[in-house]
Amino acid sequence: MDRTDLKKIYNNSLAGPLIFAGVLFLLPFVVQSNYILSIMIMIGFYALLCNGLTLLMGYAGQISLGHAAFYGIGAYMSAYLSAKMGLSPWLGMLAGMILAAIIAYIVGIPIFKLKGHYLALATLGFGVIVYTAFKELKDFTGGLNGFFGIPTISLFGFEFNNDFRFYYLIWLFVILGILFSRNIIHSRIGRALRSIEGSEVASDAVGVNIMKYKLQVFMLSAMFASLSGSLYAHYITFINPNLFDVMTSIYLLIMVVIGGASSIWGSVIGAAVFVLLGEILKSVVPLVFPNAGGEFEIVFFGLLLVVTLIYMPNGLSPQLEKLIARFRRNKELVPAPVAAGRDGVESGGDQS
Amino acid sequence: MLKVDNLHTYHDYLHVLKGIHFELNEGEILAILGSNGAGKSTLLGTLAGVYAPREGNITFKGEDITQDGVQKVVSKGICLVPERRQIFNSISVRDHLLLGAYHRYKRDKKTIQQDYENVIEMFPRLKQMLDRPGGLLSGGEQQMLAIGRGLMARPQVLMLDEPSLGLAPLIVRDIMGILRRLCEEMGTTIILVEQNVKAALKVADRACVLAHGRIEISGTAEELMQDSSIQEAYFGKSKKAKKAT
Repeated sequence: MDRTDLKKIYNNSLAGPLIFAGVLFLLPFVVQSNYILSIMIMIGFYALLCNGLTLLMGYAGQISLGHAAFYGIGAYMSAYLSAKMGLSPWLGMLAGMILAAIIAYIVGIPIFKLKGHYLALATLGFGVIVYTAFKELKDFTGGLNGFFGIPTISLFGFEFNNDFRFYYLIWLFVILGILFSRNIIHSRIGRALRSIEGSEVASDAVGVNIMKYKLQVFMLSAMFASLSGSLYAHYITFINPNLFDVMTSIYLLIMVVIGGASSIWGSVIGAAVFVLLGEILKSVVPLVFPNAGGEFEIVFFGLLLVVTLIYMPNGLSPQLEKLIARFRRNKELVPAPVAAGRDGVESGGDQS
Repeated sequence: MLKVDNLHTYHDYLHVLKGIHFELNEGEILAILGSNGAGKSTLLGTLAGVYAPREGNITFKGEDITQDGVQKVVSKGICLVPERRQIFNSISVRDHLLLGAYHRYKRDKKTIQQDYENVIEMFPRLKQMLDRPGGLLSGGEQQMLAIGRGLMARPQVLMLDEPSLGLAPLIVRDIMGILRRLCEEMGTTIILVEQNVKAALKVADRACVLAHGRIEISGTAEELMQDSSIQEAYFGKSKKAKKAT
């Protein structure tokens, strides 16, 4: 690779996503279990959502503890428009994404004047307000009784009404989301986002419009969350406010941190670890603690978050990347770099 | 090229700059000297559009830019290399340089590649570490990167806030040499805020001393080098010792 050619600086190869898509495509034929498929679908919902959250948290460095709100906005909007107004679920999804983006914009203007803990608290507050609205706007959401009768999605008469079909739909969205995010990251916008995460002073000095990018990435992540919520609603066909409470936002944060906020693939890894560990816990904990209630998950994931932050602050994805790189090195048997040590240390300045 | 007239800047209630005047010609290096708290960084921040002045005017090439924000100021060709370099720890050297050209993508994208090559030619040490994160560079390399990032904006006026801070004398000499080259070969106008008075006066054409938000002394670098009050304050030479010599 020409190290000075700016057109070739990023690895935009489709090999990784294509291999990933290939494995996903074959999986239902290899593992013929609805249970496994339903787990994979859940991973898909969270991966899609965390994809946007990774852009916000990992790349732009802005924390959000209220993203379940956008997840819920997408779910309720799409559910309402399709179930009560008879519109196509696809239109409902689009409307949900637009609404989520508008709300993110309105909310983002005041909250992105805050930083660090204050920003986290403000987003938490936003999440609580929206959750309360879901509970109280009974005519629209059905309140705590929930929203029933959400139709399944269909495309040109093809119904996504079983796990097998929905599995392909959700993972298609996940892969498209990953490719979209990767393009953003490898662009001028991606560099601007990372500069905001690195140092707002320096970012400002090079002329990056910090507020504009914070708002844009917040809106984009809200749209990802909304899309995921809409798909979830049409998959489950029943939703209630408790699915979008503050704990869900915290679980989303845990997924992003565990997976690795500095990589788009971290969203898939984090979602997979979270869902799979959750399933394992559900079967193991009752055997070890027969009287344990349903709250053991938060204890376990809280501990996992602390351990991850201490031992792998960048999450699992960099570890996985290292493993893949080591595997490639071993496979290619690259000879020792002969150029090493030819560190001519040319001075950058005038030697006069 | 750049004219600053009666500039007053406040940080909340604190009156920091109290009527600054100066003019700067194309291809000139102006050193701004002064002790901590004199208002040097605030002056650069005001010129860069970070702080809005309450009074006074800044004119660049005949255009009033007093109330322009950072983005506008950068796009007009005035770029600040901030204090302590402000390198992004996790961003590669290459991406740092591209970030410097951030505002040029819409205007003159085609020339970015050429400028990128020019910058890494100017700083060969950076060429060897294009993929390395900025946080893993030494202080001198980070300073070169910060200047390189600034140059990628194609500035007509480059402002540097204490580029010698924390660097070894040899590296400082290198950096000052680069600034002189920029000025002579590319015609870049430079405003250099420095506490390293000797290094700054060696490279500058003109200089001024800022104290309590006002310009106390100004003149050519040579004049200031000979100025007894400068000698006394910064070089530790007393009047008596001078007489004895």
